[in-house]
Amino acid sequence: MSPELIEHLTQASYLLASGLFIFSLRWLSRPETARRGVAAGVAGMALAVVGTLLHPEVRHFEWIAIAVVVGTIIGVPLSRVALTAVPQRTALSHAFGGLAAGLVGAAKYSLWLDEGALTPFRMFAIAVEVILGFVTLTGSLMAAGKLQEVIPTRPITYRNQNFINLLLLAIAVGAGLWLVVDPTKWQLFPVIVALSLLFGVLLIIPIGGADMPTVISLLNSYAGLSAVAMGFVLENKVLIIAGALDGSSGFILSVIMCRAMNRSFTNVLFGAFGQVQAVAAHGEQKAVKSATAQDAADLLETASQVVVVPGYGMAVAQAQHRVRELRDQLAKRGIGVRFAIHPVAGRMPGHMNVLLAEAEIPYDELVEMDDINPDFPQTDVVLVVGANDVVNPAARHDKTSPIFGMPILDVDKAKSVIAIKRSMNPGFAGIDNELYTADNTVMVFGDAKAVIGDVVKALSGGSGIH
Amino acid sequence: MAGLDLWAMAFVFMLATFIGFDVIRNVSRLLHTPLMSLTNAISAIAVVGSIIIAGEQKSTFSTVLGTVAVAASVTNIVSGFLITDRMLRMFKRREPGK
Repeated sequence: MSPELIEHLTQASYLLASGLFIFSLRWLSRPETARRGVAAGVAGMALAVVGTLLHPEVRHFEWIAIAVVVGTIIGVPLSRVALTAVPQRTALSHAFGGLAAGLVGAAKYSLWLDEGALTPFRMFAIAVEVILGFVTLTGSLMAAGKLQEVIPTRPITYRNQNFINLLLLAIAVGAGLWLVVDPTKWQLFPVIVALSLLFGVLLIIPIGGADMPTVISLLNSYAGLSAVAMGFVLENKVLIIAGALDGSSGFILSVIMCRAMNRSFTNVLFGAFGQVQAVAAHGEQKAVKSATAQDAADLLETASQVVVVPGYGMAVAQAQHRVRELRDQLAKRGIGVRFAIHPVAGRMPGHMNVLLAEAEIPYDELVEMDDINPDFPQTDVVLVVGANDVVNPAARHDKTSPIFGMPILDVDKAKSVIAIKRSMNPGFAGIDNELYTADNTVMVFGDAKAVIGDVVKALSGGSGIH
Repeated sequence: MAGLDLWAMAFVFMLATFIGFDVIRNVSRLLHTPLMSLTNAISAIAVVGSIIIAGEQKSTFSTVLGTVAVAASVTNIVSGFLITDRMLRMFKRREPGK
């Protein structure tokens, strides 16, 4: 084949791949067509890779083959993690995306430096790619560490934090601009890399666990944009398109997460959420009514409409399968059960939906916040499983509360509430939750999985209740 | 010519971003976790850039970086598509008559 023909074939494969990627996301819009979306994505990827391997510039295959084997060996186990660990896995994959972008940028810089081919535009694109790529790398690793709880999930703060962080970023950007003017100053390149890596770490350490859904979405956006920058460096349009799709998806998810917490981007990134709350966390302690699993079972049995509110606590306790057993027990008695999903429940967008789907709870029983809120006054019993801030009525009326103004699930309007919680320790936010001391609330203390297991046993009339 | 290419790429970027906004906005909230893992796998198309760097073998330095970049991208492709499909298989409607 002539080189021109191959070039045409490669570009045609990229064009088709771009179209398939767009269809892939379109089909993902509904659960019925979603798996077709994955197939389209795989097909697009395969086409683009074949189109690239045909290209005459690719002359040696041994290292590529080794890298593919290594990537597969790491990738397959990463796809089999427990669904509770999906946020960590997602953060790790953003890190890999950032790493690839950063490395390709560095490789291109060294090659073009030797060839004297660093035009200002190329240099600018490389600087953007390298900064975004390496910030995403360490930022995502930190986020994954916090989610896995290898790193403390509490916000870590120090004096002049925002000033120092932004100064580091400004120096990195300044060094990048200097290279645009004079690309031969190669000593600046490792400085940019080091500062970007450091900035990624410092950007994430002040952010607390409850803000992770926003942070993961934002890092998703950065990972996409670093792929776009790589596309500009390599003058490759399929990279620009796929990166733009990823970048806009991360951006939209971040906006949804921010809205669901009534906060702005700047507030999430520079606000150090946990700090404020430590101050706000007092006031007179009202007594809580503690109940047993048997009491909870008795209450549930008399209900005709039950709503379950899952939160991060359910994920931590891996309680989703017990929740499903409870649903089956109640459904057998003709009691209506639905699940109320707050957009920021859990550690990433959609986290609760995936866990409940894993427990084979039909997705038409999962209801979004805005749709279920009007129904709470007609609900007999709400069962809160490890959710905290998203059901705190203080968000509606207490102007001094750090979560004031955040849209919440109005569970306090239900006839009665059962809240399952490990202990009275406040969550990461450290705010008192007045739901727990409300007159229509009873608390069942213990591990969510064990408690719900006991409730199920009590309902099925079995013995062995402690 | 290089200048024209730059502008063509900028147009592609802008249009793709708008398409992205439009398509993503229609994705059900139910599927936001699979959405993130799928877009992640798709943006691992960075593998094509990495393959060129690793395969042209212009210098040892660039070959090493390119090889690591291919491995990182392949990890995202493999784990991203597999886990998305694994999650989507779990989403089921209520069986009729139940």
